[in-house]
Amino acid sequence: MDKTASAVVISEQDSVATATRHISAGEKIAVSIGSKAIELSVKDNIKFLHKFALKDIRKGENVLKYGGVIGEATRDISRGEHVHTHNVRSLRA
Amino acid sequence: MKLTGYRRPDGRVGFRNHVLILPTVSCSYGVTQKISNAVPGTITLPIDSGCGMLAEDIKLFSTTIVNLAGNPNIAATLVVGLGCEALYAEQAAAQIEKFGKPVKYLTIQKSGGTIKTVAQGIKIAQQMVADASTIKREPVSASDILIGLKCGGSDPASGLTANTALGAAVDMLVANGGSAIIGEIVECIGAEKVMVEKAVTKEVANRILTAVKDFEAHVKMYGADLSSGEPNQGNREAGLTTLEEKSLGCIRKIGSRPIVDVVDYAQIPTKKGPMLMDDPSYDAPSITGMVAAGAQMIVFTTGLGTPFGIAAAPVIKVISNTPAYERMMDNTDINAGTILEGKETINQVGERLYQLILEVANGKQTKAEEQGENLCQVWRRTVVL
Repeated sequence: MDKTASAVVISEQDSVATATRHISAGEKIAVSIGSKAIELSVKDNIKFLHKFALKDIRKGENVLKYGGVIGEATRDISRGEHVHTHNVRSLRA
Repeated sequence: MKLTGYRRPDGRVGFRNHVLILPTVSCSYGVTQKISNAVPGTITLPIDSGCGMLAEDIKLFSTTIVNLAGNPNIAATLVVGLGCEALYAEQAAAQIEKFGKPVKYLTIQKSGGTIKTVAQGIKIAQQMVADASTIKREPVSASDILIGLKCGGSDPASGLTANTALGAAVDMLVANGGSAIIGEIVECIGAEKVMVEKAVTKEVANRILTAVKDFEAHVKMYGADLSSGEPNQGNREAGLTTLEEKSLGCIRKIGSRPIVDVVDYAQIPTKKGPMLMDDPSYDAPSITGMVAAGAQMIVFTTGLGTPFGIAAAPVIKVISNTPAYERMMDNTDINAGTILEGKETINQVGERLYQLILEVANGKQTKAEEQGENLCQVWRRTVVL
């Protein structure tokens, strides 16, 4: 992990990353996924420990963190967007 | 690292060599405390029940009490009862004999009250400590280790750092033949699918699902629903989106290897590897069940910090973030918050934790041991009469 890590991704299948610091809208950041690193522009302000999308996620698609399903998208979510209760719901409730 | 421990007559290995002064009911805990305070080398456990129970709970209590004495960290046991409780001291002692370790008992009502019982107890306990002190540590292997896994006072970083690093340490332990038990059935709700995928056989998968369903059904008897309202408002503000996310973060502790068995509360496992115990998530009864199952050590992950300890087994505390570590250093053995800062990877913290597990097995004291923390509570599934 580089010293300037802004976010953590646990599993290579994950569609979201978790911010390890406050990230401002428009920031370009590097994220390590397994052995590779990607760059992306974060579209919203992301608070510490909140999540953002690593790729475009379509409405109804499963959202993956820890390599598991944490819920489904309730609308289309684009890469770099904040992912939380406003666009993901539990499949359990 | 070379590992040494105390090989017990039943083949299991202890990493501590305590003489246990064991109450069979809360009424005799005052006496066991007095004996234990008078005799260095002994411990007691603050049992808070033992009477006023339905048959189902008497069975659970008896198994737990007997198996606590069977924990391989215990060299010998002096059982102290009152004389009118659910499991008499002589009944408990007779069952504890199966472990092949020295066991004696006293009954307060027969001995003639506190002072006489304490006097007799001190004499017995001193001899037990003298005998236990001659038991030598011998070379053992990581496959003799069984650790209990617990999280409490979690925060949204817990799943990402402390629990995931613990999962990495468990993978290292399992790769070396060791075993780990994860409990907290409540925390599996929403993560059943992942737990089932991890199950080594269909039968184990079914038992995982049954344990979760039974727990939910039990809670529904009281008109409550465990899957609604979670994650709570504070969790959501902190970044947790769904119940699944919360639960998936919790079960990271068990690592990536297949789950080989589901064990009933306080039962001694017959298999080796990662296992699930049917137990509650409340710290004291959960950990008491794991120590009864024979866990020689507990690894406890937390986001906020906790003093928790139990005299029968070292408890290693792993905290999820550096600000909490700095506040709760007195109570914490490892900081996993370095992962958030990019200073260490998950595997580096996992490796550091695995090494600490081996050091603690070899005798290094945990913060909870240094501070003499000692909580213990036998799970009650039904009502107090």
